[in-house]
Amino acid sequence: MNADFYNEMYDSAGKLRPHYEGFAAWLNSISPERLASKQAEADTAFHRLGITFAVYGEKSGTERLIPFDIIPRIIPAVEWTALQAGLWQRVKALNAFLHDIYHDQEILAAGHIPSEQVLNNTQFRREMIGVDLPAGIYAHIAGVDMVRAGAGESYVLEDNLRVPSGVSYMLEDRKMMMRLFPELFSRHMVAPVQHYPDMLLENLRSVAPKGVADPAVVVLTPGAYNSAYFEHSFLAQQMGVELVEGRDLFVKERTVFMRTTQGPQRVDVIYRRIDDDFLDPLAFNKDSMLGVPGLLGAYQAGNVNLANAIGTGVADDKSIYPYVPEMIRFYLGEEPTLHNVPTWMLRKPDDLKYVLAHLPELVVKEVHGAGGYGMLVGPASSKAEIESFRARIVAAPEKYIAQPTLALSNCPTFVESGIAPRHLDLRPFVLSGTSIGMVPGGLTRVALREGSLVVNSSQGGGTKDTWVLEN
Amino acid sequence: MLSRTADHLYWMARCTERAENMARLLDASYQMSMVPQPLAVQNETWRAILALNSQEEAFAQAYDAVTAENVLRYTVVDAANPSSIYSCLRAARENAHAVRGTLTAEMWETVNATWIELRQQDVDQILARGVSEFFEWVKLRSALTRGVTFGTMLRDDALHFIRLGGLLERGDNTARILDMQYHILRNGDEGASDFYRWGALLRSLSAFQVYRKVYRDAITPARVAELLILRMDLPRSLHSCADGIARMLPLIANSASLETQRKAGMLHAKLHFARIEDVLAGGLHEYLTDFMDRIYEIGDGISHDFLVPA
Repeated sequence: MNADFYNEMYDSAGKLRPHYEGFAAWLNSISPERLASKQAEADTAFHRLGITFAVYGEKSGTERLIPFDIIPRIIPAVEWTALQAGLWQRVKALNAFLHDIYHDQEILAAGHIPSEQVLNNTQFRREMIGVDLPAGIYAHIAGVDMVRAGAGESYVLEDNLRVPSGVSYMLEDRKMMMRLFPELFSRHMVAPVQHYPDMLLENLRSVAPKGVADPAVVVLTPGAYNSAYFEHSFLAQQMGVELVEGRDLFVKERTVFMRTTQGPQRVDVIYRRIDDDFLDPLAFNKDSMLGVPGLLGAYQAGNVNLANAIGTGVADDKSIYPYVPEMIRFYLGEEPTLHNVPTWMLRKPDDLKYVLAHLPELVVKEVHGAGGYGMLVGPASSKAEIESFRARIVAAPEKYIAQPTLALSNCPTFVESGIAPRHLDLRPFVLSGTSIGMVPGGLTRVALREGSLVVNSSQGGGTKDTWVLEN
Repeated sequence: MLSRTADHLYWMARCTERAENMARLLDASYQMSMVPQPLAVQNETWRAILALNSQEEAFAQAYDAVTAENVLRYTVVDAANPSSIYSCLRAARENAHAVRGTLTAEMWETVNATWIELRQQDVDQILARGVSEFFEWVKLRSALTRGVTFGTMLRDDALHFIRLGGLLERGDNTARILDMQYHILRNGDEGASDFYRWGALLRSLSAFQVYRKVYRDAITPARVAELLILRMDLPRSLHSCADGIARMLPLIANSASLETQRKAGMLHAKLHFARIEDVLAGGLHEYLTDFMDRIYEIGDGISHDFLVPA
């Protein structure tokens, strides 16, 4: 046991935490051979089911499995209740912020966030100014990355408000655990998550354009070669709605239709899994083959709704992240219950100076980066890597933020050498529409390489089933 | 349903069916190549297989001679040949992948597993071990896919497009195989090998036992043609395929598809009321060519009306 890290299963004295007692008893009764054979069974099943993701930068069409770990991450009910309240608070404030900056910009007028940070942000979409959205909601699906550090306190690492992915793995991991170890679920009161697609559909229908009695919802995917294609297809299937590509849709008289074998059919809500830039070649990236010409016009006219809205990226930008606690105070009049990670903004000369002097101990991230690409983990990097990153920072400091290297909590994980602790995070998914809701838990990502703090699947991370225990 | 979804389902079925028929044809030819016959006749067979999909030129660019091994390599495992069994199964899987949400979980698993297993096979081992085993595997996977499709899918448009794709491809393929074998037999010397060749043709279309059962007599070319063209109750006959197509189309009809339905009805009527004497009198090759043209037109109509609407 490494005492420097919070362990989800054992306390610092090496004693089992109470919520893991049932599981540990079961684990002790299982032979290592049976465990290994179950792990192999899971891998085969995932492969056969084609639950894969494509890796960018590798040969096109390369599909990889996201490793699945059979030891669950368990969260006690009381802890979850607090976490959920904090998440709702945060997502409500973020939605209020987005509505505000595309309307009256009160938070800027009040001086809580420097205007240029918002208005000059590349993710700020002028096209959205004055556009009224159903229920005033922008981030219908938010994936908030949580980590636990030090003595066990939780931090929000980032808010993913554009097209957060991973929820299909949450659902498939649970299905797999129930298939492999049904006996575990009769021993534990594990809160169910399988109704997520129903909640999602309900949520999407609740934000249909006004006056549509039976809204037609579709999932818009970039196509079968996208890294998250499995998830797009999975969610469309689970919701019982069409999975469309841009070429399946067209806009006529500011209304969106899909091409069907029975002629054009109107579309009311698009759960889009395509970035803003590629949504409409007439309005954004004109070379985009993925989007739908005229979509923005139909959207602005209120004839179709998009989830998430165009322009949410400005709120999950890492340069805006430090202001989220301020948003909670400003819009909700509440004190934030979830912690932000202290963040240095390198556009500020003092912060830059400090960070450049402490690179080996910090994590530096690109402001617009995602997926674990383009980041420096100081303690895990060589001198040469640090120096080459230093040059990139100095060239454009405003593109970076830095944070202390968090001692991410770890959890026992089944690896080649047996069961060993590996670092993890948690991505719960918050659904916002006419009401706010979520299923208990989320996607637990685990860094399978010993000592690694990067949990992204593109960087060799795996996943675990996440159990929220009911009392 | 979404036009693109229908398109993927239709081509998934066509590619699976094509892989199966390719395996059937090659297996028959491979079996035949073991019957003693002049080398010229043997090579004629392999050449005819290339001609089947007008691939003589493409083949000549990549291989130096028309030999059994080269042709097998080209038609079975060559990824650069779009009609090879490998390419067909890859295309079937890609089409399925693009609409996996529309398929039942069992169907997707079956198609995906076929592809995974195919990729795990070693080309040289397939050729060394004898291709028949491999062809059996292809036929079995195709049968499994078909069985899982019918056994698990809702009887809705998705299934209708899958069936349409399968029927069109099968009708076309049966016609091609028959045309090719007839051509070779007409040019070859008439001898004992003919019996084996007709036998192999019938076997490749799972019609050998059926022939015995229906005719209880010696194998004659006219009867073989009758069986494979006009028998309504033989699942791979032209008549049976045309019948299925004509019955499927009204189930998915839309306001643009009347002309395609008419063509399918015409084709079916033509086969339904034909006599084999008339077919042979007008020339079998001409008859089969006309059939393939009509199938092509119907396929074109289906694309235009449903799959890729303007």
